[in-house]
Amino acid sequence: MALSDKDRIFTNLYGLQDWRLPAARRRGNWDGTGALIAKGRDWIIEEVKNSGLRGRGGAGFPTGLKWSFMPKQSDGRPHYLVVNSDESEPGTCKDRDILRHDPHTLIEGCLIAGVAMGAHAGYIYVRGEYYNEHLVLQAAIDEAYAAGLLGPNACGSGWDFDLYVHRGAGAYICGEETALIESLEGKKGMPRLKPPFPAAVGLYGAPTTVNNVETIAVVPTILRRGAAWFAGFGRPKNSGTKIFCIQGHVNKPCNVEEEMSIPLRELIERHAGGVRGGWDNLLCVIPGGSSTPLIPKEVCDTVLMDFDALREQRTGLGTAGVIVMDKSTDLIKAIARLSAFYKHESCGQCTPCREGMGWVKRMMDRMVEGRAEVAEIDVLEQVTRQIEGHTICALADGGVWPVQGLIRHFRPMMEERIAAYKARKGSPAPTLPMAAE
Amino acid sequence: MVAEISTANEIVQPESFAFDAESEAAIEKILKRYPPGKQASGVIPLLYVVQRQMKRQTGSAWVPNKGMDAVAERLGMAPIRVYEVATFYFMFNMKPIGKFHLQVCGTTPCWLRGSDDVFRACKEAAHVPGYGHTSADGLFTLTEVECLGGCVNAPILQVDDDYYEDMDYESTVRLIEALKRGERPAPGSVIGRQTSAPEGGPLTLLDVPGE
Repeated sequence: MALSDKDRIFTNLYGLQDWRLPAARRRGNWDGTGALIAKGRDWIIEEVKNSGLRGRGGAGFPTGLKWSFMPKQSDGRPHYLVVNSDESEPGTCKDRDILRHDPHTLIEGCLIAGVAMGAHAGYIYVRGEYYNEHLVLQAAIDEAYAAGLLGPNACGSGWDFDLYVHRGAGAYICGEETALIESLEGKKGMPRLKPPFPAAVGLYGAPTTVNNVETIAVVPTILRRGAAWFAGFGRPKNSGTKIFCIQGHVNKPCNVEEEMSIPLRELIERHAGGVRGGWDNLLCVIPGGSSTPLIPKEVCDTVLMDFDALREQRTGLGTAGVIVMDKSTDLIKAIARLSAFYKHESCGQCTPCREGMGWVKRMMDRMVEGRAEVAEIDVLEQVTRQIEGHTICALADGGVWPVQGLIRHFRPMMEERIAAYKARKGSPAPTLPMAAE
Repeated sequence: MVAEISTANEIVQPESFAFDAESEAAIEKILKRYPPGKQASGVIPLLYVVQRQMKRQTGSAWVPNKGMDAVAERLGMAPIRVYEVATFYFMFNMKPIGKFHLQVCGTTPCWLRGSDDVFRACKEAAHVPGYGHTSADGLFTLTEVECLGGCVNAPILQVDDDYYEDMDYESTVRLIEALKRGERPAPGSVIGRQTSAPEGGPLTLLDVPGE
């Protein structure tokens, strides 16, 4: 059963209505916010915990639990809320719609989250390319200030809260929370070693929580309608509604807010017009943004779109960017292009990533041609295992998982490519055993 | 102090750079966002200010060495800290670009939907030999960019700050010809889609209170 419009949180996802405050209020934003805040910090965190909300930025960490890591009392340092709107994971374009069409869901969420973590200031870090979107967000913040919803005694709550927009400048790595903090402090976006975690030492050395846009923006509605309402969608531990970005070889690509745990096939056929050429023309799907390993059609036939079901298939929900590929796809090239992406975006701090992403990319370029030995597929797989888990942040993990997924499910395709190359051109010119090129 | 960090000899660096009145007004607003003593947070915003001022003054949006020095001086930072930020982030142009910056997303979601055709159309209509080049008439610089985060409207061609969506070969050529004529078509979907809703009209959010 599909989610009904009355249970959708982002009621202006497509920008059919005005994003400005009066229209947002008519859609229910900012309704009784002061009274929600008056129920107190502990109540807010408890409700968010009970709702089962897990972070919408990719990792799926329980949001209420994350908020509870912030110190209960300030030791003199300020507390900060930082919102991650550096949406750059290939396949992901959901936060963009929140920023430009439903900004007041996010702004109201920031105030409530700020109260819950004892923060009087919040920064929304918007990727640099979202220039027009950041203008809308800033204008919406200005409206909120003018209406007394932000600033001193925000919303009549007795809580002072300031909210600022900060633009990035084109670096995928700044979506990693400690790289984002570094960038916000005016440095190169290079991830920090953890611990200390941001809740202890974050922005400007002060306790900080970094949350994704969608995570923050769903909170006001959860508090208004109750934790049980939100938890009623999706399977246990996979609660709520979620914006899915359905793209690639579908007839009608789109964003849509749906219930968690919806079957992948239903999601594609109900909302995106089905796979180009019909379901049987499906080759595979990358279910949660570029970092999540692909799943072949036989898995897509039945898999549910939630954290746990996809993890059982050795992939993940990630950001819920659903990249659909039909049988016409040069799949090796599609994955090689992702390898090029991660090479481009590696910050260069950790050797396995700085060197490894380039090595994998060059190796994948040869796999696209088939100019390789079959045994090199094993070398490639082994090298990805050497990279994975050996870096400060997860960029390199996300960079090798797509390649691992390709080898896991489509190794025969890679072997065929190599055989075809040999048949055409004879054995490839000898290469040094470990050199990608 | 002259900072010669560019290795390409053909870049003509301006002799000086000073923030104009419009930039000063922008800087004043920017620096209010950060706590006292944390003005280094303003480095990315101020580099944007430099790039926009260069666009206003010279028609080319880029960050010259003297502009980085001006940012360093204003924020009380060592110049090298500004240089490393300016070169780390992709959106700062470290050499002059054309009047229009054609930025083709070539990452897999756009590639699956035909970004190769958009690239080819850019080369042919704007007369640019390939990525990293500027047309002889100085109008167009062509750059391949990584995922722009508009994937359900792929493929995307970003012109300066604007996303043109659901592109193909023909619509790319039409857009570039319009730019040459001095027109600026409205950004967004070129096939008339309502933003990220499915083609043909939304299937959800048809029953929403409000306007």
